[in-house]
Formats: sequence, C-alpha cells, structure tokens
Amino acid sequence: MDKDTELPERSFRITRADLVRYAGASGDFNPIHWNDRTAAENDLPGVIAHGMFTMALAAQALVEWTGDPAGLVEYEVRFSKPVAVPDDETGAEVVVSGVVQNPTAEGHTRIEISATSAGQRVLGRGSGAVTRDA
Amino acid sequence: MPLNPSLTGRSYPPTEPYEVGREKIREFADAIGAGHPAYRDQSAARASGHPDIVAPPTFPIVLSMRANRLVLDDPELGIDEGRVVHGEQKFRYFRPVYAGDTLVCEAGIEELTARGGHEFLLIRTDVRTTQDEPVVTVWSRLVVRGEK
Repeated sequence: MDKDTELPERSFRITRADLVRYAGASGDFNPIHWNDRTAAENDLPGVIAHGMFTMALAAQALVEWTGDPAGLVEYEVRFSKPVAVPDDETGAEVVVSGVVQNPTAEGHTRIEISATSAGQRVLGRGSGAVTRDA
Repeated sequence: MPLNPSLTGRSYPPTEPYEVGREKIREFADAIGAGHPAYRDQSAARASGHPDIVAPPTFPIVLSMRANRLVLDDPELGIDEGRVVHGEQKFRYFRPVYAGDTLVCEAGIEELTARGGHEFLLIRTDVRTTQDEPVVTVWSRLVVRGEK
C-alpha cells in the first residue's frame, strides 16, 4: 500500500445491547458501560462504550483493509474522548478511517488510524498499527 | 490520594494458566462483529497456515485484564477505581493467539506519572505460553482522574 493512501471509511453502530454482550465476552463488567446511575456518579455523559470495544472495531477495519485476520505486528490507540451510547434503538455510530504511512525499517506497512463518534475524535493522534501486509 | 511513585517497576506474580477455547474465541468474535472465517472455522484457519482458530487482535485483553486485577487491588497503590478511565492501549504481537494455547500473564507497573491534576498508570503485561514462548506484550495506560 502506498504512502498517504486514504483507506475506505468504515462505520460501526454500537447499542446498549452490544455493550452488554461485549461485557460478557470480555469479562469487563465495569458498570459505567451499562449503568446510567454509575456513569453519572462518575461525571460521565451517560453510559459509555468500553474503550476496548472501540479498539476492537477499529481492528475490524484494519483486517478489512489488509485482508489478513492475523497480520498485526503492533497496534496501539489513544482514547481521546469517550463514546457515549444512548439508551435507544440506534445507539452510537463510530466511524474509523486510516491513512497509510511510511513503512517501518523492517518493511512492514504502517497505518495511522482515527475514529470519530458524534463528530468528536474518539481515537486520537498516535493511534495506529503496523501490519505484515503490503 | 496520590498513587505511590515508589511502586514504579513493581512486578506481580504470574497468573494461573488460561486455556484459550474455540468457543470463547467465537463468542468474543461475535461480540465485536468480527466476521472473518479464521476466527470461527478451524478448516479456514488451517487453510491459511494457522494451527487452529485465530483470536481477533484485541482478544489478549481478556487475559491481561485478569492479570491487571492484581495491580489494581494492590493496597499499597491505593487506586480509586471509580475514577479510572482507559487512556491508551497497545499490543505488540510475537504471534497471534490460537485456540488451544495455554497462556500465563505477568503484569508490572512500568510508569507512574502525574499531569494536570490527573495520574497515569502504565501497566505492562507479558503473555507467554506455559512453554515460555512469548505471544504478545500488552500495555494499558489508565488515567486516574483528579477530583473536581
């Protein structure tokens, strides 16, 4: 993949039901991800998605871009804002985008990632991955 | 209450071995909407050169979170979990996690810093097989938000 190539944006939807399911599958039962009362007590805008759920969705975008389900060498994200998930049928939308960077010294592809939700950047500067795929 | 900076460098005992099961990987893949056949189907995974079903890239958090429990519960650290949010996350992969792996995690405090009224705790978790083969290194930076 050539430097500065903009990868196709990928949009994901997260509902409260998805958060409950992720909590069960991951073992992260922190109530800020399912309980409005706890979220409010902790000065949050309401129930928020697990950061690791957002990171998992961005990984899905990486897998689609590279075509390799197991090609990552390194993957890191910065959670710049929480993803608030309203208690309704539509939930929150997370949009993931990526731009190809200079390859690493080992010749691996480097991809910078960004994600936004409700117009705010939720995966911030410094988020990205190194992948074996070219 | 500020975190105790003298705990930088502290390491915690290895966790009990975790057996990675096929159904656990499928359950995790379903929860994140990961549709690739390598995460579900043994023959598809084997056809791409993998020994068994592949775990999605963020799956190791299931294991590292258990190991990090030892850090968060350390009474000498004195962390107020209600004020903790996830700041940064990083994985460095030696190889993918596969169904059938038996993995052990060792966590340690790599960095403790304070800035702008908040505190930052960087936990590093080394994930290895019980045969001591390195699989993935996991870094989680937690933010302990200051009181308003």
